[in-house]
Amino acid sequence: MNALLRRIGAMTIDGLWRLGFMARFFFALLRYSGQSFRRLPLTIREIYFSGVLSLLIILVSGLFVGLVLGLQGYDILQRFGSSDALGIMVALSLLRELGPVVAGLLFASRAGSAVTAEIGLMKTTEQLQAMDMMAVNPIARVVAPRFWGGVISMPLLAAMFSAMGIFGGWLIGVVAIGVDDGAFWSQMRASVDFRYDIVNGTIKSFVFGVAVSLIAVFEGYDCQPTAEGVSRAITRTVVSSALVILALDFVLTSFMFRGL
Amino acid sequence: MTPASGNPLVRLNRVRFAYGEREILHDVDLTVHRGQVVAIMGGSGSGKTTLLRLIGGQLRADAGTVEVDGQDMGHLSVSALYALRRRMGMLFQFGALFTDMNVFDNVAFPLREHTALPAELIRDLVLMKLHAVGLRGAAALMPSELSGGMARRVALARAVALDPMLMLYDEPFAGLDPISLGTIGHLIRRLNDALGAASIMVTHDVQASLDLVDYVYFVSEGGIVAHGTPAEIRASDDPFVHQFVHAEADGPVPFHYPAPPLASLLDEVPT
Ligand SMILES: Nc1ncnc2c1ncn2[C@@H]1O[C@H](COP(=O)(O)OP(=O)(O)OP(=O)(O)O)[C@@H](O)[C@H]1O
Ligand SMILES: [Mg+2]
Repeated sequence: MNALLRRIGAMTIDGLWRLGFMARFFFALLRYSGQSFRRLPLTIREIYFSGVLSLLIILVSGLFVGLVLGLQGYDILQRFGSSDALGIMVALSLLRELGPVVAGLLFASRAGSAVTAEIGLMKTTEQLQAMDMMAVNPIARVVAPRFWGGVISMPLLAAMFSAMGIFGGWLIGVVAIGVDDGAFWSQMRASVDFRYDIVNGTIKSFVFGVAVSLIAVFEGYDCQPTAEGVSRAITRTVVSSALVILALDFVLTSFMFRGL
Repeated sequence: MTPASGNPLVRLNRVRFAYGEREILHDVDLTVHRGQVVAIMGGSGSGKTTLLRLIGGQLRADAGTVEVDGQDMGHLSVSALYALRRRMGMLFQFGALFTDMNVFDNVAFPLREHTALPAELIRDLVLMKLHAVGLRGAAALMPSELSGGMARRVALARAVALDPMLMLYDEPFAGLDPISLGTIGHLIRRLNDALGAASIMVTHDVQASLDLVDYVYFVSEGGIVAHGTPAEIRASDDPFVHQFVHAEADGPVPFHYPAPPLASLLDEVPT
């Protein structure tokens, strides 16, 4: 019993330490972010690696999620004789929840893990130290552009995920099952509110982008400089990103959509 | 060879350093003047790389002072440290080339970060540095396409790209064939003399470096155990120096990392 308590205590203190490190790291990152914007090509290159290269997996997954939503949504809605509302259902579930969350999870495992691996390997092979010895701050030159590349990419990817999902829902509902095309779009247009649904969804995906990118660069920068350390850091990036996305989603949702 | 006079560029005064509880260096005194090429020799794991890191400001001494160009490395702000490092070049033991850039961009990196030179000039400078290490033809290769010795030569070109006042080389000769070794040795000497800089190199290559350097320090068990000019070293009858210069297996330099005697291990084996 005593040992158990002690372990829990040690783990808590450990966790708090790490959180503190992360906060300090985050402030350093923000302080040295100037260069990421003054030397835009550095950041654009990372947008390419994080964003553009994640595009295919995001689009394909979005399509499948939309197809499933179309099938399930139609099945439920037609019981109440309101299959015309399929467009609303597909659009709202994607814009509010599935777009940001699923795109965030995919982004963490595709781009976040790659960023952690890259920074971790640069640390292991002393590239970060070499840079530091050349009077170039690795946080400014390596970490910050990757962070901002992720932050910028994530909302765009979530938007594309949702668009692709709506297209998938339309394919199933309208083309395959035969829901009225006009009703599908007009109901959707009438019920989706720009501020309430789209802005809130975008805020979510932006917050997820910040969280995932911060976790990814931090884990890479903080890893043990060995092969094993890098692999553990990658695992941690994927796992803690997923947990943080789901937890933050609950918090954000409860603030945004409570006036139901 | 340049006489040792004037203000030293690097001065270590009774430096102590420990990784956690484990003391790596103690009471290290070392002086390097402008114009000098100084060698640091010693067994594997004796703390040579650690010594270079202390001079480069990557590690801070636990006691004593490390001064570079009159500035105390223990009490520099980050910006002052960076200002000093712009005038330093360091060759890492394993090269540490940036793996996401080709050879040309690696050597151009410090120039692009710290100068506003036009692209054509940078190109000429980089190709000149690469030519000096015999790798102008490899400019377009990626680091993964280089051999260990080639990577180290590229790293050397990168370390001296900004014509530093102080150059720190961690084993510049490791993995080089005799021909490249001679060339790189001359290059280090020539660069040093042309710039009026100072160079400190960690090396295991006793004969090659005795022909090249102005002064030698021997490190063992965390301290400086012997030092002198190459002539003094060659003539020395210090058992340590003798063992090192003549590569003898028996002598004061321990080959083994500290461990309980082998006999005690054998005792534990059940019979
Ligand atoms: N990051 C570290 N943490 C703890 N101990 C370390 C660390 N780096 C080096 N050491 C220890 O410090 C001692 C000196 O290491 P150092 O790298 O300076 O040796 P070296 O003289 O450069 O050896 P070599 O010739 O093999 O490169 C070694 O015994 C090593 O075990
Ligand atoms: Mg070493």
